[in-house]
Amino acid sequence: MASFSLTLNGKKQTVDVEPEMPLLWVIRDVIGYTGTKFGCGQGLCGACTVHVDGEATRSCVTPVELVADKRITTIEGLSPDRSHPLQRAWIAEDVPQCGYCQSGQIMSAAALLSQRPKPTDADIDATMGGHICRCGTYNRIRRAIHVAAGTPEPVGGGGGKQ
Amino acid sequence: MSTTTLNRRDFIKVTATASAAFVLGFYLPTEEQRMVKIGAFESFEPNAFLSIDNTGKVVITVAKSEMGQGVRTSLPMIVAEELEADWSKVAVEQAPAHPNKYGSQGTGGSASVRRSYDMLRKTGATAREMLITAAAQQWGVDVSSCYAEQGTVVHKPSGKKLSYGALVDTAAKLPVPANPTLKDPKDFRIVGKPTNQIDTPSRVDGTAQFGIDVRVPGMAYASLEHSPVFGGKVSSFDAGNAKKIAGVIDVVQIDEGVAVLATNTWAAFKGREALTVKWDEGKHAGQSQENIWKTFEDAAKNPGSSEHSAGDAAVALGGAAQKVEAAYHIPFVAHATMEPMNCTAHVRGNTCEIWAPTQVPQSAQNEAARVLGIPADNIKVNVTLLGGGFGRRLYNDFVAQAVKISKAANAPVKLVWKREDDMQHDLYRPAAYSVMAGGLDAQGSPVAWTHRTVGASSKGLVTGGIIPPYSIPNISIDSHILDTGVPIGAWRSVGPSVTAFFIESFVDELAIAAKKDPFEYRRSLLGNKPRLKGALELAAEKAGWGKPLPSGRARGIACCESFGSSIAEVAEVSVGNDGVLKVHRVVVGIDCGPVVNPKTIEAQIEGAIAYGLSAAIKDEITIERGRVKQANFDDYRIVRIDDMPKVEVHIVPSTESMGGIGEPGLPPIAPAVCNAIFALTGKRIRRLPIRAEDLRKG
Repeated sequence: MASFSLTLNGKKQTVDVEPEMPLLWVIRDVIGYTGTKFGCGQGLCGACTVHVDGEATRSCVTPVELVADKRITTIEGLSPDRSHPLQRAWIAEDVPQCGYCQSGQIMSAAALLSQRPKPTDADIDATMGGHICRCGTYNRIRRAIHVAAGTPEPVGGGGGKQ
Repeated sequence: MSTTTLNRRDFIKVTATASAAFVLGFYLPTEEQRMVKIGAFESFEPNAFLSIDNTGKVVITVAKSEMGQGVRTSLPMIVAEELEADWSKVAVEQAPAHPNKYGSQGTGGSASVRRSYDMLRKTGATAREMLITAAAQQWGVDVSSCYAEQGTVVHKPSGKKLSYGALVDTAAKLPVPANPTLKDPKDFRIVGKPTNQIDTPSRVDGTAQFGIDVRVPGMAYASLEHSPVFGGKVSSFDAGNAKKIAGVIDVVQIDEGVAVLATNTWAAFKGREALTVKWDEGKHAGQSQENIWKTFEDAAKNPGSSEHSAGDAAVALGGAAQKVEAAYHIPFVAHATMEPMNCTAHVRGNTCEIWAPTQVPQSAQNEAARVLGIPADNIKVNVTLLGGGFGRRLYNDFVAQAVKISKAANAPVKLVWKREDDMQHDLYRPAAYSVMAGGLDAQGSPVAWTHRTVGASSKGLVTGGIIPPYSIPNISIDSHILDTGVPIGAWRSVGPSVTAFFIESFVDELAIAAKKDPFEYRRSLLGNKPRLKGALELAAEKAGWGKPLPSGRARGIACCESFGSSIAEVAEVSVGNDGVLKVHRVVVGIDCGPVVNPKTIEAQIEGAIAYGLSAAIKDEITIERGRVKQANFDDYRIVRIDDMPKVEVHIVPSTESMGGIGEPGLPPIAPAVCNAIFALTGKRIRRLPIRAEDLRKG
C-alpha cells in the first residue's frame, strides 16, 4: 500500500492503495464516483475513459501510480450542470439508450473537441472507434459531436469510411 | 407458442394515503389474455401505478425494467396522454419486485408497450375522469361543462381552472368509473410525438444508477471464479495466496465456484488470480465446436420432429421443374451487454435484500427464495437501470450467486463479473444448422419448401419464426434439438434471429434460380401477408430498389414478421479488394401499428441493426475443450462507429394491432447483407459470421 495524491474533478484527494490499482477502481470503489464505468478491464471498450491532464485515458488499464499528482476529470466533473456543449448536444439529440457506455463516449468526444474543435467524420471515427456501444447509438453520437462542434451533420446519421 | 388465460380480474383500486396523494392502482389485464411464450417468459402482463400528490406532481411507477429500450418513457407517455398531464411534471418511479401487485414484471419479447397500451390508456383516462368529476363537484357545475388540459381541469363556460393537485383529496373519495372514455388518437399530444427519454439527463452526467453502481453500508466486493467448463464443479481449492493479497477479506465456496471478497473490486480480481482451484470438469470437458457441427450435420441426415407441414412437400419437390438445395450454419453468439453481470445482495437471517439489473425481478425474488429456503415475501428486489439486456438478464444466475456469497460470507456483497466471465459464462444464442430444399415450377414459382433445422437445446430459441411468410403450397419443416452442454438463452429477437437468416437467404436463392428480381419475387409471394408486403414495398421504394448504384456497390433485401411487427430492410454494401465488407446504408420499412414514441422506434431499429450486424460480420463464440474460446472484445469484436451504416427508418402509417419494436429490426439484417453480397459478388454466404476470406476476389 502507498499513499497517492491526485486532483479529481478539481478536488485534491489522497488515497492509500496498491500502486498498480487501476485508476478506474480508485475512482469507483475508493473515492466513490460511479459515473466512470467498468466494461472490459483491458482498454478495449472505452467505457472507463476519463481525462488525465486533459487527455482521454482508459482508466481501467492506468495504474494509479502513473497519475499521482495529475489532474483527473471524470464525467461528474465535465460540467457542474450538464452544460458542456457535448452534454447539451447529447441531450438535444437524445443520444443514450441504456447509457452505460455514454460517460466514456462523452469524455473521449470532449478530448477530441479540445484538440480538434471542428472534427471531420474521419477524426470522429479515429477517436470514437475506441468505444463500444451495444445499443448502437453510434449515428446519434456522430450527430451530437457535429452539433456540439457546429460542423455539418451527415445525412441519415451515418458516415465513416465511405 | 402457447396461450394462457389469466384468471385475475381486472380491477382498479383507489387509496388516499397519509400524504394526501391520489393513488390509482391497476391489476390487469383482461384484454391481453393471449401471451407468446418465449424463452424464460411465462407471461407478458402489463401493469401501472399512478399517483398524483397535492402539488400536482404525477408519479408513474414503471414495473418493467429499463435497459435502453425507453420503457421508462414510453409507458408514462401513454398514461400522461389520457390523463391530460403536464409532461414536464411527470416523474417516474421504478417498482421493486412484487409477486402480484404489478402483474408480470418480466421485460422482454418486445412486449412492454403493446401489451400495456390499452390498460395504461385506461389508467390515465380513469384518473382524468375522476379529477374532472372532483372539480365539477367543487364548483357545483355539470361534469360535461368541464375538461382537462395540461394538469388542470377547466370549466369551459367560465374559464375557471383548478390544478390536479388541488383536486386529489376530492377525487380520491369518488367512485371509480368502470368505462372511462378514451381520447380520440387524433387528439393525442404526447403519444406519437418524438419524445426524449426521461433518463437522458442522468445518462450524460454520470448520475444514472446501474446495478454495478450500487453501494450499501459495510459491503464487500466479490469476484467469482467459475468452472472453466460448463457444468464443472470445484473439487478442491487453496485460498492461501489469495488471502495474502492486500484488501482480500474472505474466500468462500459456492455451488458455482470460489468467490473472493475484498475491500474493492480490484483486490477481489487479484485475489482470484492468486487462487488455486482444482475442478471436476464434468461430462462436457471434451466438447468442441467441430464436434458440435459434426453432430448437427449427422443429425440432419435423419428426419426430426415435425414443426409444420402443408400439402405434400416430398411429392411436389419430386415433380418440380427445378430443385434448389442449400445448407446454412449459424454460430453461437454472446450477449455481451456493456454492463457486465453483477448483483448486490444482503442476506440477514431469514431476510434478504437484492439490488439487481434484471429483466425479471420476480424470478430473481423466487430464485433467491429457492436458494435460501425462505419465503419470497422475505426478499426485497430493487431493480436498477440495466446497462443493456438483450435477453441476457432474463436469467438470474448472477443473482443466485450473489445471494449465496452473501450468505456464506455473512455480509452484504456486490458481485461483479469480469468481462471474461461475462463472455465465457453467458447463455448463448444457439448455434444451428439448416438443410433446405425448394422446388420451382416452370415459371419459377415455389411449389415446395423443405427445411430441416438442427439446433442447440431449447426448442423455441431455434425454431421460432421458422414458417416462411410466403405462399407456398407444399411445406415440410422438421427439427432436431440437441443438448451440446453449452448454455443457451434468449438473444435479442430470439428464434427469428436464427430462422430469418435461413428463410431469407434461401428465398433469395430461389429468386435467383427463378431468374426473378429478389424484391419482386418476395412481393409476389406475400399475398397473405399484407402488412409485411407493405413494409417490403416501402423499404424497396425508399431504398431506390432497382435504381443504379455507384460501381462496386449492390443492394440486398430481406423481410421478417416478428413480435407483432412486419419489417423489411435493404442493405447497401461494397467489398474491398482485401475482402473487407462495408455496409453503407440500411433502409428500413416497418409496420408496427400505432406509434407511441417515434424516437424510440428509430433508436431501437438502429440498435437492432447494429446488434445483428455484429453477429453477422464480426465474431462468433466457439467451444474448445468444453470452454468458450473467446474472452474479451479483442477476440469477440463488436460493430463500432466506423462500421455503422447509415440507417433510414420509414414507418408504414398503420392503425392495425400494435407490434413490438425492441427486436424486430434484428432478423432481416444478416440475410439482407448476405443477399447484397451475392448481388455484388455472386458469392452466396451460407455460414455466419461473414469472413473476409469468404469475400476475397478470385
